[in-house]
Amino acid sequence: MSNSAPQGRSPGKATHGAADNARSYVIGLAFALVLTCASFWASASSLIYGPAVPVLLAVLAIAQMGVHLVFFLHLSSAPDQSNNFLALAFGLFVSALVVFGSLLIMANLNHNMMPMDRLLELQR
Amino acid sequence: MMSAIAVSQRAVEDDIPLSMRGPAPASVVAGFGFWLFLLSDIILFAAFFAAYAVLSGETAGGPSGLSLFHKQRVFIETLFLLFSSVTCGFGSLAVQRGNRPRTCLWMIATLLLGGVFLALELTEFSGIVATGAGPSRSAFLSAFFALVGAHGAHVTFGLAWLVVMLLQLGTFGFEPMVRRRFVCFALFWHALDIVWVGVFTIVYLGAR
Repeated sequence: MSNSAPQGRSPGKATHGAADNARSYVIGLAFALVLTCASFWASASSLIYGPAVPVLLAVLAIAQMGVHLVFFLHLSSAPDQSNNFLALAFGLFVSALVVFGSLLIMANLNHNMMPMDRLLELQR
Repeated sequence: MMSAIAVSQRAVEDDIPLSMRGPAPASVVAGFGFWLFLLSDIILFAAFFAAYAVLSGETAGGPSGLSLFHKQRVFIETLFLLFSSVTCGFGSLAVQRGNRPRTCLWMIATLLLGGVFLALELTEFSGIVATGAGPSRSAFLSAFFALVGAHGAHVTFGLAWLVVMLLQLGTFGFEPMVRRRFVCFALFWHALDIVWVGVFTIVYLGAR
């Protein structure tokens, strides 16, 4: 019964034996440490072409979030986890809508707004 | 003999359609429900992130992020939170095995590491406010304190929850109810670390 979960498995539950799980936390820690150090190094380094730094930081952050999901939350695309995976996909979809939608709308409003000096002139 | 029974039971379970197998066990329901709550919490953080991304340039003549933030301090904070996430993971393994001393050991380590993270964050906040750059100084600072403060409030709540869980472990032992709550706490704590990855990348490393 430990591995077969007829109604699916809740996230964060063990997949394998305890030793495998302990190893998963250690591997996750190693990956997370490397990615964190790489992020802080990249943000301060002059070795990298400046405009590329934000892209690199975004890639490193997304990679680290993936590491946390897989090694700490034990999330996978296994059939008994399809509920958890679909919920995550929907959560990420809504988050992306909120963030990129806000940025798009506010940039558009900024673009269409009259320059401040003209606005003050009109109010006079 | 036992394994033969187990195999035949599994075969029967596979024959019954999923919709007719009856309710899932409480551990699955509680874990999945808490996972849904966490995702809605992450959407809440997405709104704070969106506000910060829109307002991060609006300093109204006040200090910018680059002059306020110390990357070394944030790096140390990040390490404390990361290690507390790992000790929490080992703690939840100890809960699965029903090992009380180890559970206490790892969870108290989580409590201490999380407490140091919170203390570092609070001293950072008080330092920034002391220079006259409080949340009311500019839209950028309002968004900063809202986003990082929301994460800090979650960490504070998580630490209080962990203290309650340790007391419940002492009172009830490893009841199924207590185990379920430990699983939910571990999910919460790992999710906070995931949000912090976004915070340190966008707020501190992306500071202009």
